Amino acid sequence: MSSIITLAHGSGGKLTHNLIKNIFQKHLKNELLLEAGDSAVFGVDKGNLAFTTDSYVISPVFFRGGNIGKLAVCGTVNDLAVCGATPKYLSCGFIIEEGLKISDLEKIVEAMAKTAIESGVSIVTGDTKVVQKGCADKLFINTSGIGYIPSGVKYTTAGIKQGDKVIITGTMGDHGTAILLDREKIDVESSIVSDCATLNKMLNDVTKKFGSAIRIMRDPTRGGVATTLNELVSDNRFSIKLYEESLPIKNEVKGICEILGFDPLYMANEGKALIIVDSSKVDSVLIELREHNVGKEAEVIGEVIKSPVGKVYINTIVGGTRIIDMLVGDQLPRIC
Amino acid sequence: MCLAIPGEVLSIQKEKALVNIMGVKKEISTVLVEEVQIGDYLVVHAGCAISKIDKIEALETIEIFKGIEDLNHE
Amino acid sequence: MNNIQHMFKDKYLVDNLVKKIQAYEGKVVNIMEVCGTHTMSISRFGIRSILPKTIRLISGPGCPVCVTPSYYVKSAIELAQMKDTIITTFGDMMRIPYKGNSLLHEKALGRDIRIVYSPLDNIQIAQDNPDKKVIFLSVGFETTTPIIALSVIEAVEKRIDNYMLLTANKTMPQVMNLLSSDKEISIDGYIYPGHVSVIIGTELYDKIADKYSITGAIAGFEPVDILGAIYNIISNVNHKSMKVNNTYSRVVSSEGNMIAKAKIEEVFEHCDAIWRGIGCVSKSGLRLKDKYVKLDAWKAFRISENEQDYDPKGCRCGDILKGKCLPYECSLYGKLCTPENPVGSCMVSSEGTCSAYYKYI
Repeated sequence: MSSIITLAHGSGGKLTHNLIKNIFQKHLKNELLLEAGDSAVFGVDKGNLAFTTDSYVISPVFFRGGNIGKLAVCGTVNDLAVCGATPKYLSCGFIIEEGLKISDLEKIVEAMAKTAIESGVSIVTGDTKVVQKGCADKLFINTSGIGYIPSGVKYTTAGIKQGDKVIITGTMGDHGTAILLDREKIDVESSIVSDCATLNKMLNDVTKKFGSAIRIMRDPTRGGVATTLNELVSDNRFSIKLYEESLPIKNEVKGICEILGFDPLYMANEGKALIIVDSSKVDSVLIELREHNVGKEAEVIGEVIKSPVGKVYINTIVGGTRIIDMLVGDQLPRIC
Repeated sequence: MCLAIPGEVLSIQKEKALVNIMGVKKEISTVLVEEVQIGDYLVVHAGCAISKIDKIEALETIEIFKGIEDLNHE
Repeated sequence: MNNIQHMFKDKYLVDNLVKKIQAYEGKVVNIMEVCGTHTMSISRFGIRSILPKTIRLISGPGCPVCVTPSYYVKSAIELAQMKDTIITTFGDMMRIPYKGNSLLHEKALGRDIRIVYSPLDNIQIAQDNPDKKVIFLSVGFETTTPIIALSVIEAVEKRIDNYMLLTANKTMPQVMNLLSSDKEISIDGYIYPGHVSVIIGTELYDKIADKYSITGAIAGFEPVDILGAIYNIISNVNHKSMKVNNTYSRVVSSEGNMIAKAKIEEVFEHCDAIWRGIGCVSKSGLRLKDKYVKLDAWKAFRISENEQDYDPKGCRCGDILKGKCLPYECSLYGKLCTPENPVGSCMVSSEGTCSAYYKYI
């Protein structure tokens, strides 16, 4: 086999078939995938289906704490889990830039396989295309996912009430900070790695145990906690107030953000969930979350308030208040 | 106009130092500050130390603020 | 965590200072801060939201990006559009609009524009790209200028001939005198910029106190620093004292950083400078000395520095920078001028007054 991906690997001929057999099917092996039909066909449980899709274009494709493949599986599994769904089946479409080392592709697919097994999902169908140099940044992956939601579970903002508490399942900003260090080649020594992880086992337990006490869950990925919370308040029925002293942020994340002038509230997370919960159940939910490895640093970070509406506020360490707005674009390093 | 942060000096070379900023280690220039020693705290701006931090002065400032009076007290 | 930093965030001290300030019952005190990082810290800690109505915090021209004239952005864009140039800049400049364009926009079109964290990063970029002209957007006050000077000295020592500066560096003393003597602005006390003071020392502030009877406090950037400075100023005003408190004495000495001052002196000389919204302030700018003319992008590319400044109609950034009006007194604020669609630099720069106000309740 050649050591790099060429346009021939995307032509549908022998090279494509060998690639599928020797890389994808070898690592992602499951009955449905090995049937190699044009579609994966499976039965459905009672209740509802959740269906999600995401595309991953992260650069660099290998970063501290993971790679684009692991990220793709985690992201899609988590998008299903925060809706109350048990994730079952994933698809993955690869758009590969010619010249990518096959050994790199194999590492990425291996990571996807490992993550899929750990979270109990199967990657049952996929697609591979190869494009010319310069037409993709090494590798783009699209994953779609299907999960089953038990009857009676439906998380919408309509269920949120004044006094509800806001929980984050762990430290904020780890992934965004790790990627920043790698992508911008910031010259620091740091032990920060991406928090990329699947949350479905923890969140499915929470969904099962706490019923309607769980109002809504979200994973604060791109744009961080601040952006996700702003999305939640955008229907102008309530606001959210955060407590700066309660925000769990690793010292090193604070340090890197201070050096560059970034705000951890806007840095991406790939292994955390925001949960809005009935205040009478908040302590029990915290106990449940902290039983899981991916939730052991869960904290209450704020609450839902009635008015004024449509905003996210923070009580600062000085006792003052400021608005946490939606960013216009990406954060940029500042000197001032 | 002057985003700067304190860093603790871990090691020194000619005109450079490795500093610890909240657990993150960064190499910075020490050209603008004299006689930098391991254990010093430096104010770091744009990759460069601009001053040492005097711990005794810091403690004195804190003491002053501990003993402040009412503003309406004449 | 750094123990010293921790001390200046101490909850007991902060609560005590807040309580004392909130209990103030005297006359109105107008306090102006002249440092973009103070504008940001005041906003970040929500300090305005805890002040009594009688303590008015005004943001002055302390954001070097906000006071950079629009022709500078135009020139930077033109340089970026040229063949074989690499524009390097601090992140703050990227979104500044000029007639619907910006460096961020030009970057999206494929121009080689790179954000640097330190001016010293330029050396490696110049060495790695010998066929390109690396032009650094040299914007900043006295905190940053010595480090920019170091990059120039290093480039010359290493015989790097493809590194240049497009200078718009400014100094504080002249504009401080201008503000202090302006009868339309009523300032009782200044919060003086902590890190500029590290470089220049404290003599200027004593002179301002003497000449204009305006008190002040030099402040760092932690909650105790800023609240402490506000407390000191209110106390001084009440006692009719023209004292200047150095509440940042752990890093600021009266003579400043002599090495840094010498580096500035070695590389730069004073010149007149246009401050956006204020106009020409005599001898408040810095340009490269003749010795370093080969690094001067203004001269190398023959760009005129004195083109008529473009200020969008209705934009009151100038008055806002001088503390003559508050953001919501500008007819564009919140309507035509928002963070998503900024008209003037006070809104687009993250440390501009209008941008900071947008986050207040």
